Amino acid sequence: MTQSVVVQVGQCGNQVGCRFWDLALREHAHVNKKGLYDEALSSFFRNVDTRKSDSRACGVGGRIQHLKARAVLVDMEEGVVNEILQGPLREVFDSTQLLTDVSGSGNNWAVGHMTYGSAYREQIVDKLRKAAEHCDCLQCFFLIHSMGGGTGSGLGTRVLSLLEEEFPEVCRIVTSIYPSAEDDVITSPYNSVLAMRELTEHADCVLPVENQSLVDIVNKIKQMSHSGKPGSVIKRDSAIISGRGGLSGPEKPFDAMNNIVANLLLNITSSARFEGSLNMDLNEIAMNLVPFPRLHYLVPSLTPLYTLADVSVPTRRLDQMFSDAFSKDHQLIRADPKHSLYLACALMVRGNVQVSDLRRNIERLKPSLPFVSWNQEGWKTGLCSVPPVGHSHSLLALANNTCVKPTFMELKERFTKLYRKKAHLHHYLHVEGMEQSFFSEAVDSLSSLIEEYNHLDATKRRLMPDAPRLPIAR
Amino acid sequence: MSVVTVQLGQCGNQVGHELFDVVCADAQDGQRKAYSTASCERFFHQTTHGDLVARAVLVDMEPKVINQSISRAAKSGRWRYGETSHFSQKQGSGNNWANGYCVHGPRHRDMVEELVRREVERCDRLAGLMAMMSVAGGTGSGVGTYVTQCLRDIYPSTFILNHLTWPYGTGEVIVQNYNSVLTLAHLYKLSDAIMVHENDTVHRICSQLLNIKHISFGDVNRVIAHQLGSVLQPALTADSHGVYSRNPLGELVSSLACHPEYKLLSVSTIPQMPSASIAYSTFSWPGLLKHLRQMLISNTKMEEGIDWQVRPTAGSERTSSLTAPSFNTSLANLLILRGKDVYSAETGAFEDPALYTSWLSSQEAFNLWKSPVPFNKYEKSATVVSNSQALLRPLDNIVGKAWNMFASRAYIHQYVKFGISEEDFLDSFTSLEQVISSYSQLC
Repeated sequence: MTQSVVVQVGQCGNQVGCRFWDLALREHAHVNKKGLYDEALSSFFRNVDTRKSDSRACGVGGRIQHLKARAVLVDMEEGVVNEILQGPLREVFDSTQLLTDVSGSGNNWAVGHMTYGSAYREQIVDKLRKAAEHCDCLQCFFLIHSMGGGTGSGLGTRVLSLLEEEFPEVCRIVTSIYPSAEDDVITSPYNSVLAMRELTEHADCVLPVENQSLVDIVNKIKQMSHSGKPGSVIKRDSAIISGRGGLSGPEKPFDAMNNIVANLLLNITSSARFEGSLNMDLNEIAMNLVPFPRLHYLVPSLTPLYTLADVSVPTRRLDQMFSDAFSKDHQLIRADPKHSLYLACALMVRGNVQVSDLRRNIERLKPSLPFVSWNQEGWKTGLCSVPPVGHSHSLLALANNTCVKPTFMELKERFTKLYRKKAHLHHYLHVEGMEQSFFSEAVDSLSSLIEEYNHLDATKRRLMPDAPRLPIAR
Repeated sequence: MSVVTVQLGQCGNQVGHELFDVVCADAQDGQRKAYSTASCERFFHQTTHGDLVARAVLVDMEPKVINQSISRAAKSGRWRYGETSHFSQKQGSGNNWANGYCVHGPRHRDMVEELVRREVERCDRLAGLMAMMSVAGGTGSGVGTYVTQCLRDIYPSTFILNHLTWPYGTGEVIVQNYNSVLTLAHLYKLSDAIMVHENDTVHRICSQLLNIKHISFGDVNRVIAHQLGSVLQPALTADSHGVYSRNPLGELVSSLACHPEYKLLSVSTIPQMPSASIAYSTFSWPGLLKHLRQMLISNTKMEEGIDWQVRPTAGSERTSSLTAPSFNTSLANLLILRGKDVYSAETGAFEDPALYTSWLSSQEAFNLWKSPVPFNKYEKSATVVSNSQALLRPLDNIVGKAWNMFASRAYIHQYVKFGISEEDFLDSFTSLEQVISSYSQLC
């Protein structure tokens, strides 16, 4: 069994991370009835006996003493981390896992990446190394951050390149929260594009998430539960936005949205943690979904969003779950994968679903989903027998699809609008180590990424002939 | 006498577990003592307490499946795996053949060889080795190929049979075609015979013959285990002089895989029906054999929906075609009959020279094994293991899809990262095109 370490950077990264740990504890409490520290728990938590003086970690198989999250929390202002440490999750982290400063990054990528990146390099590497040493077999780093700000975006991407340098063999899966068009941080396009370049070059996989999509999903669920129609009562704890049953008390404003992202991370790792008839490990995700090194942006979609309390609703629900995964309402960025080109798609199913259900639905949906010519059957599937809390089954779809192109093009446009006028540029150029070439290189990297997606899109309508086979002398 | 099985990867371990279940239940069904003894000797060794311990080595790069197999076997109460006969690591091969073959294989070579050596030494007499794996993933395919290579080096004169499970055509793993091509090309040089089951075909058997509504991998694996069991359980052969053959793998290989270019074996079994219906059905050998023969020549694996129009044509008129549904020419066939009145079964129709390629006489091409003991609750059952064109179209599909993907160089960087070059890919493609060409031309 392998372990993963979560690195949460910046305000957004830490808030989402906090929700993740809460829901992870809830999930394991639900499944682990005997209170034993088992392999599944050890993938994200250490078991520490605090009575012993050196607080050494206990091995798998014993009783749960004290769970510590395998996490590193980084923020350049103290507010969020302090809140976590005063909240119910304070026992899950110890002080050696935290790195904070006081003044924040002022929504400036350069301050995060250059100034703090250099100042805290040693400390960051040290904390990462400690977290890695606690692991028997470290498989993956999960980085959570936002793209629009200064710390998450700048320092977060600096941490990413440190991870590549220090731990080249460990997979790096990055969950990036992209700013929506109506973002209130004016310089978010600069921050995002500068960060994008780092993601393209140093991450193994990126799961882009847009705030606006999360808002839409939350509204959809709220609408459902308030519609008052008969048979529309949502089962308690089952909504993907709900944090009920976790440690934290009443929900705070962004909790609903952050719960969605937390659920995404839980579902991605479910097959690596729990058993199933067709296991899907984390290294298999990168292997199957990334055909070319730079095209590693995977659009996530989660279904079902909630379970109805009415048990008499028949199993048509299962097939509906598959159909929903491809509808644009369930994607976590504003995109429509059905009308763009699929390079590859992964379906991670949890719960009581058999291979025949999976095959039936793939056969049913395949004709309406355009796949690239050399990957007509580009499906990677995984079956995990343990369902998430509150549901009998669930599906996470990760699509490597050219529908990310519009998102990137929009981002580039917003960047160019500011950059043309050199607006706010001086804030960045004043930072030591920052030069104008960073900007031009970053936007070039984004342009060439968009071009690669364009190139693939162009093949969409054309019927590509099969490559001629090797001739054999008779 | 004894067969040592090496179960590799998730599929190999899951199918292997079902196989031991089937043969143990069949052997202990308590009919004939000689049969039970021979079967138990072949697959299990008995401890001093009388427990049956499978002659198996379980290998996987991550521990979940092995743990499950071992605990399920122990729970059955009838047999179990050896406590130390397994090897696993913490992290899998990531569906990457190169990771399995170039990294995990060599790294753990000594441990795996030691485990196999221990099992082999426990056998009074070794009939051969059987490696069970899938071709779609990373461990079964990559580590499996490497392990086969090592075993070939250590046991140069032992028979090695590879049992492969080919994945569903519609993706279980996106890079499954690459992994399949690399595996098959390498195994062709190492293995004595390659026996194949395809998930698509077995799935159809589950849905149309066994009437299973929600087919799980467990169901699929049980069908594969049943078919494999019907091949490997004790039988009386032409060379065994009235007792159960002590050299099953050797006789299988020498009957069927007589030419190095032709090593692919497929399996058809009749009857296959829901277990609840078996007690209410009666069978006759003429009926069973007629259907099985037509299944063979029309290349269907099910006794329903057989195309009776397909007929053997005279040798000179035969065309080799990959596209038109045509007659399935065999190089060699092994027919295995099990059950009541087996000595009265008329098998002349299988010796018809029209079924076979012209350069082998039908007496040499056709082989017959019999066992008077009913297998796995079926009063009468027949299996044909065939070295024929049956796998030609599926193989061609796999190579075609892999080649298309290779033309765009998609995913190649993932393999290169671990030590496989584009040259290696091209070599594998070339080997398999040669195999396809040889089988196409069989007439």
